[in-house]
Amino acid sequence: MLSQESLAQIDRELAKYPADQRRSAIMGALRIAQTEKRYLTNELIEFVAGYVRIPPVAAYEVATFYNMYDRKPVGKYKLTVCTNLPCALSGGYSTAEYLKQKLGIGFGETTADGKYTLAEGECMGACGYAPVMLVNNHSMCSHMTPEAIEKKLAELE
Amino acid sequence: MTVYAKGVVFEGVDFDNPNHWRLEEYVKRGGYAALKKILNEKITQDEVIAEMKTSSLRGRGGAGFPTGLKWSFMPRNFPGQKYLVCNTDEGEPGTFKDLDIIVSNPHALIEGMIIGGYAMGITVGYNYIHGEVFEAYQRFEEALEEARAAGFLGDNILGTDFCFQLHAHHGYGAYICGEETALLESLEGKKGQPRFKPPFPASYGLYGKPTTINNTETFASVPYIIREGGQKFLELGKPNNGGTKLFSVSGHVNRPGNYEIPLGTPFADLLEMCGGMRGGKKLKAVIPGGSSAPVLPADIMMQCTMDYDSIAKAGSMLGSGAVIVMDETVCMVSALERLSYFYHEESCGQCTPCREGTGWLYRIVHRIAHGEGRPEDLDLLASIGDNIAGRTICALGDAAVFPVRGMLKHFRSEFEYMIEHGQSQFAALS
Amino acid sequence: MLEIEIDGKKLTVPSGSTVMDAANSIGVHIPHFCYHKKLSIAANCRMCLVQVEKAPKPLPACATPVTDGMKVFTHSDQAVTAQKGVMEFLLINHPLDCPICDQGGECQLQDLAVGYGQSGSRYQEEKRVVANKDLGPLISTDMTRCIHCSRCVRFTEEIAGYQELGMANRGEFTEVLPFIGKTVNSEISGNVIDLCPVGALTSKPFRYSARTWELSRRKSVSPHDGLGANLVVQVKNHKVMRVLPLENEAINECWLADRDRFSYEALNSEERITKPMIKQGGVWQEADWQTALEFVANGLKGVIAEHGRDAVAAVATPHSTVEELFLLRKLMSGLGVDAVETRLRAADFSLKTAGATWLGQSIADLAASDAVLVIGSTLRKEQPLLAQRLRQSVKKGMQLAVINPHGDDLLTAKAAELVVRPDQLVEGVVQVLRALAEVKGIALQPNIENGSGDIPAEARAVAAVLAGKEKAAVLLGNIAQQHPRYAEIYAAAAAIAEATGAKLGVMSEAANSVGAQLVGAETGGDVFAKPRQAYFMLNAEAEFDVQNGAQALAAVQKAKLVVALSSFSSCALEHADVILPVSPFSETSGTFVNMEGRAQSFNGVVRPLGETRPAWKVLRVLGNVLGFAGFDYTTSEEIRDEALAGEIGPRLSNALAAPVAVKAQAASGLVRLGEVSIYQADMLSRRAPSLQKTADAAVAAQLRANAATLAKLGLAAGDRARAEQAGGVAELAVAVDAGLADDVIRVSANHPLTRALAGHVAAITVAKA
Ligand SMILES: Cc1cc2nc3c(=O)[nH]c(=O)nc-3n(C[C@H](O)[C@H](O)[C@H](O)COP(=O)(O)O)c2cc1C
Ligand code: SF4
Ligand code: FES
Repeated sequence: MLSQESLAQIDRELAKYPADQRRSAIMGALRIAQTEKRYLTNELIEFVAGYVRIPPVAAYEVATFYNMYDRKPVGKYKLTVCTNLPCALSGGYSTAEYLKQKLGIGFGETTADGKYTLAEGECMGACGYAPVMLVNNHSMCSHMTPEAIEKKLAELE
Repeated sequence: MTVYAKGVVFEGVDFDNPNHWRLEEYVKRGGYAALKKILNEKITQDEVIAEMKTSSLRGRGGAGFPTGLKWSFMPRNFPGQKYLVCNTDEGEPGTFKDLDIIVSNPHALIEGMIIGGYAMGITVGYNYIHGEVFEAYQRFEEALEEARAAGFLGDNILGTDFCFQLHAHHGYGAYICGEETALLESLEGKKGQPRFKPPFPASYGLYGKPTTINNTETFASVPYIIREGGQKFLELGKPNNGGTKLFSVSGHVNRPGNYEIPLGTPFADLLEMCGGMRGGKKLKAVIPGGSSAPVLPADIMMQCTMDYDSIAKAGSMLGSGAVIVMDETVCMVSALERLSYFYHEESCGQCTPCREGTGWLYRIVHRIAHGEGRPEDLDLLASIGDNIAGRTICALGDAAVFPVRGMLKHFRSEFEYMIEHGQSQFAALS
Repeated sequence: MLEIEIDGKKLTVPSGSTVMDAANSIGVHIPHFCYHKKLSIAANCRMCLVQVEKAPKPLPACATPVTDGMKVFTHSDQAVTAQKGVMEFLLINHPLDCPICDQGGECQLQDLAVGYGQSGSRYQEEKRVVANKDLGPLISTDMTRCIHCSRCVRFTEEIAGYQELGMANRGEFTEVLPFIGKTVNSEISGNVIDLCPVGALTSKPFRYSARTWELSRRKSVSPHDGLGANLVVQVKNHKVMRVLPLENEAINECWLADRDRFSYEALNSEERITKPMIKQGGVWQEADWQTALEFVANGLKGVIAEHGRDAVAAVATPHSTVEELFLLRKLMSGLGVDAVETRLRAADFSLKTAGATWLGQSIADLAASDAVLVIGSTLRKEQPLLAQRLRQSVKKGMQLAVINPHGDDLLTAKAAELVVRPDQLVEGVVQVLRALAEVKGIALQPNIENGSGDIPAEARAVAAVLAGKEKAAVLLGNIAQQHPRYAEIYAAAAAIAEATGAKLGVMSEAANSVGAQLVGAETGGDVFAKPRQAYFMLNAEAEFDVQNGAQALAAVQKAKLVVALSSFSSCALEHADVILPVSPFSETSGTFVNMEGRAQSFNGVVRPLGETRPAWKVLRVLGNVLGFAGFDYTTSEEIRDEALAGEIGPRLSNALAAPVAVKAQAASGLVRLGEVSIYQADMLSRRAPSLQKTADAAVAAQLRANAATLAKLGLAAGDRARAEQAGGVAELAVAVDAGLADDVIRVSANHPLTRALAGHVAAITVAKA
């Protein structure tokens, strides 16, 4: 269900914890699985749970508790914009609004061509660089003024 | 942009050099000297802890608990495994200092943790890193590799029989994991739901074993304290508020960023360092310690110095040192609405008052902000807040209530106006 | 010890106690939802907030440790204000549907709301609605009512041993659910219904059938496994509507296994027979009791007159009461018939012990063992609650080892495990014995043949678990007891116990296995191997209750006279000549002696259905009809007092009466592992529709083997296979069981699909169907 590469990465996560605490690796394992498959289907969650050797419902709890796991299909690029107060004071909402207009979608939606998904984020711990946007959960972009957004979108072609 | 005045955590860091975070550069500016000093001079565990106590370093994660005292709680002779955990789950809105530490000076943290491990007889540590900063997590993992390769980390550190393993654990989007016991649950591969205390982590922590948890900045201050002495660190700040502290300034200032300044620096000075108010507007209010701290109006804030005691006296908290600056244009109802949404969104959901109460608070503030407030709403907000605060497992319940209380205390009229007129005198956040 | 004052009352409590413990010990009730004495402390509902002197804020009693000199106020203003605040939060999103809620009348939230709630709600927004979940055939959900106490989730993880329920999402969107597409399959799952303090989890079979205040509560004892769980049977209009646990810390604690709880469905089944019936000229006819009893008396006398008394055998299941079995014996003695047998599932009748075989100690003592070795048992399915107890003991440090013909998960850590072919169970036990002999430097007893070859590492590990333990036990399960070489297994196990100072124990397979021995209802041996002219069958169904059901059925079909005392018609109609409808446990008084030798008497909870009569009365009257002396009992208590006269303790003994020769046998070919599945083990479970819809019931209809064995047979999971034993055939779906040794075919026994097969542990052939 997952590539050898991903399994090797999960093994590296497992190695961080005591042998009888494999469960500790579930967050990393789900992240790795999601990175490969873009989102977590129930089958994938069950597979990862089996690999880590925990009950599937325990993995499901984790996959539904943490915000960054996606359990529905997302576009090729998931753009998460922080709208928490510090970002909002520095243009977080306008950034979000700009993206909504530009892509023609609202929060939680994906463009028809499946390229972009827009999401509202909570504080990313980078408020000094507001407005902040996250691409595919892992790549942070600071100072997302309209010009910066245009530039970023061009890179994402 | 990070600016610093008197560096402890960022001592000697050249932010213009893209390699300044690397081990080689860190060693050049005196890095790992503290660790070498301890190992070479065979400084005892008790001496290290005594030095920490002298420094009067207080935990930088929010609660401000004296670090030396916390370290002395660890049952050093406990026969089984013990753990050292660093809290880099920085998610408190307004805070972004720990991110800069692991990106710009990760070895200070690593060295601080190794020293902590030494002092408390701990051989395994984890650093729990906030989900949204994946690149910083990767950077930290790389720094760990460097430290291992150089013999600072791992088995038989610097040829002695002292061993310390350190791993990074990546969160995936849950503010509550900043709460130390939620963090431990998360580290165990579960939902981040805080544990009831007692028992405290010092006796029942990670995997049920004695555990010490400190904030990133706390650990990153340790090498300096050991190298330069606790007294010198203390003198950087003021009594009971030793050292410098990172302040993450965001909002309506010209130069948002992290400022490492001595505790006790007047707020007015900090504001000036930040280039003053953006667009020359007037200061209206400041949330001085992260979103969970009660808001303070400009006049009170301008009288404060930036330290635990002064801010507490003014009725708020220094917290994590996140300073959210708001100018005269900000609608406080709208600001509170966003914060209340956040706590509602981030409540872990296990305890009744927080699970049910944060949503209720948000819905009331939301209806006020949308012109549907009712005259009884402000009393209702206060009453719900009283039913949440102090009744929950962890302090998130309190954190959700403090902003409401602060706003109602200092800006009640703005809420009343909005309830009465159905709209604000100010523009909503946009 | 710590001193504490609660509401002005001073008391001392052991250190480590919580405020809740302290309050409970003096009967002060502190309101709570998430707290449960058998579960870990969650402290999440916050209902139990109390005021503690010097504490700045109210503290949860359930989680706050008592400190010396602590002063607690459970009803002070601060405490009550806090409790009321929590109550308000709990109610804002809770539906106000008490009038249609099954929990109505026994809802902790409702009870407390009456005391604490305000009249009108300050919460004006729309209430939350949560989708219901499919938890399987036993538990019904109304998740909007959930108050997130997490008791059910903790139960599956901590007590049932495997987390089948979770709390997904977070904050107010938190929902209790099983993994998508899964149900709750634990054999003790029904306990979550009791644990749920509101009406979110309720009994599916019971749903909407009655309101709790219409039900009367009567005590009883579970008629299933050898534990003897105590029951509260709830009754309406002379019908059993529901079964709940009666708390007994020494036995079932506060739990029930699902079959204890749900088998009552069979009591109201269509298959109940309510009138005596006689088959004449191949046609069944209803008869009055007098006619039927005379028919039986004459029939028995006739067979004996013609063929001699050895031509008659009486068989009964050990689910029958002491009183029934005692009278059965007495009746047969009157007729001069010796053969009275309750060991219907046995294949080896040669074991002789000094007394009735039993657990060897009390259940509570067993739970306090340092090490336990289980031999030949599918423990969770044979003894669901005992398995649960041992699981808790393992958490406290007990080491559990097993020697089994399968690797089934005990949902707790096994310290060591030796998996063997079922026909090599004796050899497996001997290997462990050899390992022990080596460690201890002792010789094997002369009657035990020392196996040859290397001792496997697993056997050494099992030996190591027992060696040097202060309090150890060796337990024999159903697979051992039903094994064709039971006596040898027993002797080898006894030798292990002797070598290690462990207590030897037998886990009774049925509610009254010990009682059956005490009244001597074990004199027949294999009464079907050599067919008899007449069979007198009490609560027994040939093809389902006898190990070699096919053989038993053939014997019964050939017999001249078959008398069936049964609550159900189906099987009896097929091969009996006369049916006397007798009461199931709910309609009669009686006594079961559980595996720890505890006699538990109970009364009927409802009156007998139709013309059904308690079997003890039927047997007594039959004695009268036959003109025997000593059949004038008027109550079951009189019978019990005669049957169990004196103390039971001295009559229990697991000591071998004579040495048993243990000889190594070689294994070859495909071998069957046959066990009676959990919901086929007795007449009631077999007929409880909801139990028959469980995952356990589904597994019982499969043929299982490990992947290598299946490959060798050209089979794959999902195929259909034909299994054959002594001419009998069963066609089953194939599944993989990785825990089996090579060449082992696991097919449940005495199942509607497998009743044509022969011995539990015997050669079998398998081919693709
Ligand atoms: C809701 C909540 C969120 C918290 N978030 C953080 C955080 O992001 N980082 C942090 O270091 N401490 C956080 N804390 C505080 C920690 O629980 C803990 O006090 C701290 O990590 C201890 O380290 P220190 O003594 O070095 O400050 C949080 C506490 C609460 C109640
Ligand atoms: S206060 Fe909120 S976040 Fe903290 S444990 Fe309770 S429900 Fe979870
Ligand atoms: S019973 Fe104590 S918090 Fe629920």
